[in-house]
Amino acid sequence: MIPTSYYLALSAVLFAIGVTGVLTRRNAIIVFMSVELMLNSANLTFVAFARQFMDLSGQVFVFFVMVVAAAEVAVGLALIVAIFRSKQSISLDELNQLKG
Amino acid sequence: MFSLVPLVVLFPLAGFAANAFFGRQLGAARAGLLAVLAAGAAFLVAVVQLAALAGNGFAPVTVPVAEWLRVGDFHVAWAFQVDTLSVTMMLVVAGVGTLIHIYALGYMREDVQHNGDPGRYPRFFVYLNLFLASMLVLVGADNFLMLFVGWEGVGLCSYLLIGFWFEKGAAGLGNARAAMKAFVVNRIGDFGLLLAMFLIYWTFGTLTFSELFERLKTVRLDATGQLIVTAITLLLLLGATGKSAQLPLYVWLPDAMAGPTPVSALIHAATMVTAGIYMITRNHVLFALAPQSMEVVAWIGAATALFAGTIAVAQTDIKRVLAYSTISQLGFMIAAVGLGAYVAGMFHLVTHAFFKALLFLSAGSVIQAVERGGAQGGAHAGQSAEAHHDPQDMRFMGGLWGKLPITQWVFLIGALALAGLPPLAGFFSKDEILLDAFEHNPAIFWVLVAAAFLTAFYMGRQLLLVFFGQPRSTAAAHATESPAVVTTPLIILALLSFFGGLLNLPKFGLYGYAGSLLLKEFLSFSVEAEALPFNAFVAGLSTVLALAALGLAYVLYGRAQATAQDRDPLAALLGPVFGWLRDKWYVDELYGFLVVTPFNTLSQLAARALDLGGVDMTFNNLGELARAVGAGLARFQLGYARRYALVMFLGAVAVLAYFLIAR
Repeated sequence: MIPTSYYLALSAVLFAIGVTGVLTRRNAIIVFMSVELMLNSANLTFVAFARQFMDLSGQVFVFFVMVVAAAEVAVGLALIVAIFRSKQSISLDELNQLKG
Repeated sequence: MFSLVPLVVLFPLAGFAANAFFGRQLGAARAGLLAVLAAGAAFLVAVVQLAALAGNGFAPVTVPVAEWLRVGDFHVAWAFQVDTLSVTMMLVVAGVGTLIHIYALGYMREDVQHNGDPGRYPRFFVYLNLFLASMLVLVGADNFLMLFVGWEGVGLCSYLLIGFWFEKGAAGLGNARAAMKAFVVNRIGDFGLLLAMFLIYWTFGTLTFSELFERLKTVRLDATGQLIVTAITLLLLLGATGKSAQLPLYVWLPDAMAGPTPVSALIHAATMVTAGIYMITRNHVLFALAPQSMEVVAWIGAATALFAGTIAVAQTDIKRVLAYSTISQLGFMIAAVGLGAYVAGMFHLVTHAFFKALLFLSAGSVIQAVERGGAQGGAHAGQSAEAHHDPQDMRFMGGLWGKLPITQWVFLIGALALAGLPPLAGFFSKDEILLDAFEHNPAIFWVLVAAAFLTAFYMGRQLLLVFFGQPRSTAAAHATESPAVVTTPLIILALLSFFGGLLNLPKFGLYGYAGSLLLKEFLSFSVEAEALPFNAFVAGLSTVLALAALGLAYVLYGRAQATAQDRDPLAALLGPVFGWLRDKWYVDELYGFLVVTPFNTLSQLAARALDLGGVDMTFNNLGELARAVGAGLARFQLGYARRYALVMFLGAVAVLAYFLIAR
């Protein structure tokens, strides 16, 4: 059986990649995908611990996260489409009209 | 019949509303006519009330109209008190008011032309009707609060009408200042009236006249109660000194002459200024319980009568002479009610309304005659330099007798009535006051006799300066008579001034003739009325003195003054005293020094140091601080979403680090 720590390490690596993506990329879709990556790394952690402690609540939680993520994708992609229509661009750095 | 009494207010109120909202659309002629009809309708309603009273055996009636306030025990209604006293006032107010409305139709037409804003014509009638409605609320009220509503309403209209030409006057501010002065000085009196109302409610638990007087009949006053009643009556007196222009609050009335002449006649001679006398008469039961206050009332009236009379003899403005004369005559009335001679006071109030309205209106006719003469004379001679004098200045008049065939006679009747010559109205009414003073308080009698002497003197002086001698300006030389719409009310008022004495003819006991004492019988249903027998000494003395004063005026002013720059003959007689009289005993300057200047200084201090330096600075600086903090914080808001994400991330790391490492 693969030790739980392996899963955790993979999860940490995936999370770090996600964070790096969010922080460094300008393309809104890539940022979006990175966020999904972070969510799924968290899912992996949940599932890993659920298996170790033989407790189903971790797996249940994953379903919740997936539902939220699906909703987020729907709203987020709609936003990105709307932004693209108005600005002809999806670069996050150009969305700075609300700065003080 | 009695249920019609609210109409006495509603008619002028409707006229006010119609002219206020549609006056400009109606046009000048219809707006004026509407106002006159409203006033006339109010007068008819007052006559109906008189008939209803007669049918009711003159017993007082209260006509409730609507609930107003009910808070716990405190209860005030809109209700009219219809008794002989209030109906007398209603008849005078609405009757004289209607005549003045008619006069104003013609007078204001010329006045708005002269002042260069014909569009303002309907506005005058808006204010005039509102005044009439307020005044009728005042006299019809059955409780103090409703009286106060009318009291403030007439004050407001007085303010509006004094400042009718608010952009005119000295330095473009003179009229506005006069209006404000009237309002502010009246506030002092109103403050007294308010305090009196509070005290009355606090002590007796009601503000309704009939309930209050009912309670007063059974009340037993201990020392404290006596003190409170004295305080109440003195505060009421303060209210009366403000509205009725008595010492020490009379200073607003002479300045109020800045208003158009019909205003001076209606508000500042015939009706509003008599509100104080009416109010004291209405509360005679209260005053009867406070003999010391009565003494004060009588002395204030007598002192005012004499004081204002001395100022009147040295004035040169035709309306100012009449203004001081009004103050003086109001002093007579206040003295009368102070002596408990309510009927005499009311009698003089009524006749004074006739002849003083007449005098003011004919003075207005004279002023416009001179203005017309100035326009004409200037056009004839092609000289405008001389025409630019004050058309109200008597020094530039003279020689008008013969040029104004109607105005001259009605002015003469008014002047002689005021001077107190028999058989005109003023003789009987003034004599009755003098007689009461003679019987009850000789000191006041002699003060009033002196005032009466001055009255006859300044009226003689005015007559001679205005109508006799030779014209002292081209304007006076070319003066022409006013139109019929102006002179008709003058003729009616002249008849009233001539025959007004019949209202209350004393019992002579001569030749078997017993006078009628109509007004006394009438008013005795509302106030306690005593009728003193005719006293030949008092009547003879006042007649002789009036004739002597007129004679003295003739000796001084009978010989024609050649030019307007001539020295006043009275100045030669009195020397330096004349300057004091002409400058009104420097009372305005004294008040300016004692009250106005310190108040202005205080206001400046409050405005500059406290408001600008303290309050404003604190809050301005607080605002600046918030702005600076915001500007500082705004630097963190770059608008780059990824930067925000980084900050959040670092924050999360920091929080995690804290929980994992530090703990």
